[in-house]
Amino acid sequence: MDVLKTIKTAGYAAVLAVLAGCAGQVKEDVAVTDAAAQSPVETTAASSAASTDSVSGTSSSQLSQSASQSAVSGAEITRESLKASALAADTLFFFEFDKSDLRQDALDDLDAHAKYLVADRAARVRLEGHADERGTRAYNLALGERRANAVARYLVIQGVNRAQIETMSYGEERPLSLARDESGWSRNRRVELIYQ
Amino acid sequence: MRRLMSYLLALLLIAGPAHAELVIEITRGVENPIKIAVVPFRLQGSGVLNVDLARLIESNLERTGQFQRVKRESMLSLPGPNEQLFYRDWRAIDSEYTVVGQITPEGNGFLVTYALHDVLGQRELFAEKVPGPETAIRDIGHYISDKIYESLTGTKGIFSTKLVYVTVDRRAEKDQTFRLILADADGGRARTIFESSEPILSPTWSPDGGRVAYMSFRGKRAGIYVQTLATGEVQKVTDFPGLNSAPSFSPDGRQLALTLSKDGNPEVYIANLRTGELTRMTDHFAIDTEPRWSPDGRSILFTSSRGGKPQLYLLDVATRNVSRVTFDGDYNSNGAFTPDGAAIVFVHRTNDRFHIARMELKTRAMRILTETDLDESPSVAPNGTMVIYATSEGAKGLLGLVSTDGRVRVRLPSASEQVREPAWSPFMN
Repeated sequence: MDVLKTIKTAGYAAVLAVLAGCAGQVKEDVAVTDAAAQSPVETTAASSAASTDSVSGTSSSQLSQSASQSAVSGAEITRESLKASALAADTLFFFEFDKSDLRQDALDDLDAHAKYLVADRAARVRLEGHADERGTRAYNLALGERRANAVARYLVIQGVNRAQIETMSYGEERPLSLARDESGWSRNRRVELIYQ
Repeated sequence: MRRLMSYLLALLLIAGPAHAELVIEITRGVENPIKIAVVPFRLQGSGVLNVDLARLIESNLERTGQFQRVKRESMLSLPGPNEQLFYRDWRAIDSEYTVVGQITPEGNGFLVTYALHDVLGQRELFAEKVPGPETAIRDIGHYISDKIYESLTGTKGIFSTKLVYVTVDRRAEKDQTFRLILADADGGRARTIFESSEPILSPTWSPDGGRVAYMSFRGKRAGIYVQTLATGEVQKVTDFPGLNSAPSFSPDGRQLALTLSKDGNPEVYIANLRTGELTRMTDHFAIDTEPRWSPDGRSILFTSSRGGKPQLYLLDVATRNVSRVTFDGDYNSNGAFTPDGAAIVFVHRTNDRFHIARMELKTRAMRILTETDLDESPSVAPNGTMVIYATSEGAKGLLGLVSTDGRVRVRLPSASEQVREPAWSPFMN
């Protein structure tokens, strides 16, 4: 129980650290994750977690280090249960036309993925962004990337390392549904989350 | 007797094998199209030819919407180029112009002799002999079409130009075959020049017609590639993490404008094809993409969502000043210039439908050219008369042609279920 609490505290600290650094701006958010990725200290997933936190404060990295030292088996049990909830969660996240804002109904499932990715720094995920067929193809390629980045940003705010996430866009080239009406289009405007 | 033999051969020509060119359906033509009779070209001597030259020429002319063919069945005689033409017979079937021709084997190839007659003026306008190897018989047909078109309209013909486009065979969401196709402007001689299980997008021509740039994936990584058509050689231009999309050659062929998101979000860059040097041209947190170089090389038209919705903007290459071009409607994208640089064509959404529209840059007057839906990827023919674009019909994706004044509309149905991303080549000669 103590372990869980420590992990939670570390998680919140990470959220705050990232939030403080990004202030909701796309470019600044990217700048923060770039700084983490370029850090020369980083060798493993676990140490890159610490370096992300250390961008804006050292307290959270100390907490997470003490957590991993004190109770390994407890953390593993937690990790497995978080993994189970992540695998049970939805992996498709839908969007409005020409929009890349996350919908409220996506957040619970994304939280489940985020908790697992935070608990298991070795886990990797690919986010594939898609668009519906309306509008032009190159623009939709950009839109798909924006949607994948919106999901990535949310996961990072929940404490996931940017290095755990790969994003790409298929634009409108891989529709789930071929229906040429809103029933098909709404299914195609999506981000697919795929564990690697 | 010899005469009878040649008629029989001519009939053989008519009944030859099915042709590869796309079926033409003129949805709407000009009000008074020029009526032209193209008499079947006689093949001298023995042998067969699997191209019906007269059919190819009349189809080419008809596809412009400015001509209407006189049907073979109504022709009262089928004269050759060295015979007297009875103008009265052609006037009787409403032919304004008549083309006669013959094909003579010569060495390893043919000599095609043809003449164009003005029926009302009762005179031969011109006659010509065109030699060529057997493999070039379609080229000769396109050349003759160009000559006739230019002689009768005063505008250079586009029948010898080429198209590239993308076809898709879809078996499942993640099981598709994308093909980059190179074909004659009439869809003939289509051949695959690149194939992938991952998407191929935005093919575009170099100004000399020798190379094609496009986006494709190697594994999960997108990249911009330039393929030399004569050799098949492929040069990688960029494959940065994120977007590498929407290439457009500079008028001198030395640079590519393209979209990269390596710095966090989609921006327009210029890549020097010789040195690989990159210059970032836009700087905005919105989507900036679909750059298209103006014919004078001084500006780049691009799509940006910086105003909240996709609209077209002009970027001054020297100063990097950006000015908004489209204001009408909430979706204007994927612009392309007419060859004279005076107008642009682009995708415009109105009443929830996507059409191709045209705007004069001086007056900013816009008109919608198409009536189909989900229209995209407009590409203007090098003589400025026609726009080829991708459209949809039911579940199919097909190509359409529309004249730049909107008066002529042509469907180009194809055997393939999904045809898209057409790009019209520059003049090749």
